[in-house]
Amino acid sequence: MDDLYRDEILEHYRNPHNFGTLDEPTLVKEGSNPLCGDRITLMLEINEDGTVKDVAFTGRGCAISQASASMLTDEIRGKSLSEVATTGRQDVLDNLGIEISPARMKCAMLSLETLKSAVSDRVAWQGKTDEE
Amino acid sequence: MAVVRALDPVALKADFPIFEREFRGRQLAYLDSAATSLKPRVVSEAVAGYLNNYSANVHRGIYEIGEEATAAYEAARTKIAKFIGAKDAREIVMVRNATEAINLVAYAWGRKNINKADTIVTTEMEHHSNIVPWQLLVQEKDADLEFVSFDEDGTLNQDSYDVLLRTKPKLVTFVAVSNGMGTINPVTDMVRRAHGAGALVLVDGAQAVPHQPVNVQEMDCDFFVFSGHKSLGPPGSGALWARKEILEAMPPFMGGGEMIREVHLRHTTFNDVPYKFEAGTPDISAAIGLGAALDYLSDLGMEHVRAHERELVEYALQVLPERVKSIRIHGPRDAANRAGVITFNLADAHPHDVATLLDREAIAIRAGHHCTMPLHQRLGEEASARASFYVYTTRDDIDRLAEALNKVERLFARN
Repeated sequence: MDDLYRDEILEHYRNPHNFGTLDEPTLVKEGSNPLCGDRITLMLEINEDGTVKDVAFTGRGCAISQASASMLTDEIRGKSLSEVATTGRQDVLDNLGIEISPARMKCAMLSLETLKSAVSDRVAWQGKTDEE
Repeated sequence: MAVVRALDPVALKADFPIFEREFRGRQLAYLDSAATSLKPRVVSEAVAGYLNNYSANVHRGIYEIGEEATAAYEAARTKIAKFIGAKDAREIVMVRNATEAINLVAYAWGRKNINKADTIVTTEMEHHSNIVPWQLLVQEKDADLEFVSFDEDGTLNQDSYDVLLRTKPKLVTFVAVSNGMGTINPVTDMVRRAHGAGALVLVDGAQAVPHQPVNVQEMDCDFFVFSGHKSLGPPGSGALWARKEILEAMPPFMGGGEMIREVHLRHTTFNDVPYKFEAGTPDISAAIGLGAALDYLSDLGMEHVRAHERELVEYALQVLPERVKSIRIHGPRDAANRAGVITFNLADAHPHDVATLLDREAIAIRAGHHCTMPLHQRLGEEASARASFYVYTTRDDIDRLAEALNKVERLFARN
């Protein structure tokens, strides 16, 4: 049992990085996993050049979803939104570095799905303003 | 005096082929019977017997295997009727599960009898299957849905129930046993009071039929539903019971073959009950399998099943708090009104992580909201872990649970 959750996962779970809210977020997105009640609210502050100035999340969930959010938010700070958009499922699994069973995949991917959804909202919104 | 032989779960494990499998070198500690039960060999053999030897349709074939299939299917109906104390097998409608039975009542009885501003009363501890069909109905009819609350100890607040009965509801519906907390509700008393207020009563027996003696005539309810797959039977089996005069006055649920008497291009006359509600070829093999499951349970004796589970609950309520310091157990603390369901949270570990780590020890528990989100909102928990018991559950399974939870607790507390 002890070998399943690496210490790093447990550490991120106990003390998640970037946990909290931003005063002036550019993007706010909520995500939830209806099967288990895991919830996350992701906030991003975007620079004018389209890079991630700051990122924060709140929410409650299991060690996998919380550690995954903690690691993902660490990774995207400073990146451009187009780089963020290329972050994939494998990157999340590589961060976690543990075996994720099919039943737990939704927990692992909650933060990524929420992030992707936030970015596509931004892209859709920009597309709309370009047309105007 | 007859010798009362208590149920021996260790011996019974031999009847369940799954215990011959090894999981990480160990026998499975299956503690998720409230989700679905394991199946004894007699059930899989009954299903295979039908599929291999007489797999004809029912109520149609004028040939030997057709008659055998019809006889076996109708025998299952009779077994179900006897098992739940119905006086007439024609009051048993075969359905896929309790959910389908509730939906059948909501559509067929509800759409005819629930009108604008009528009230339906249910409870905060219901499974989603006894909330959502009524939400759909009251939205369509502009009627009201009200909820009996439950207290800290996981029992329904009877004052809240009395207040809601004063609204003169048309229908009252509640679980006999909560899948979320194991609460055994005072069904007979609640039915009597609902009838006093002029309501019909639907009892959700999904967690009662598998685990304790049930008699619909003693309960005196009007509708009763359960699923076969929680009662050692195959998925796809279950039943709606309702008093015959109610069934006869109800319009059909689904239209199609079997449910008709005569079909003309512009109109149809319907078959007698229960066939009026059994459109299309039913899940014949599942029904026959459920018949075998109920025979198996009858042989064990439902008093013995309940006594065994009550003893396990007493044991679990004693040893889990002793051995797992951060455990919070939800629901009744008295085994007298608690079925074999222990729902809990650990202080520092999320239920999902608990279930994943227990799986590494070949212990299967449920984690999540167990299809009872309103119940969890009331508990103030987004999710919980749940261990549930049945005839094959042993004290050793609970010892393994306690030991594994203790390990999880220490893992998550480590600095």
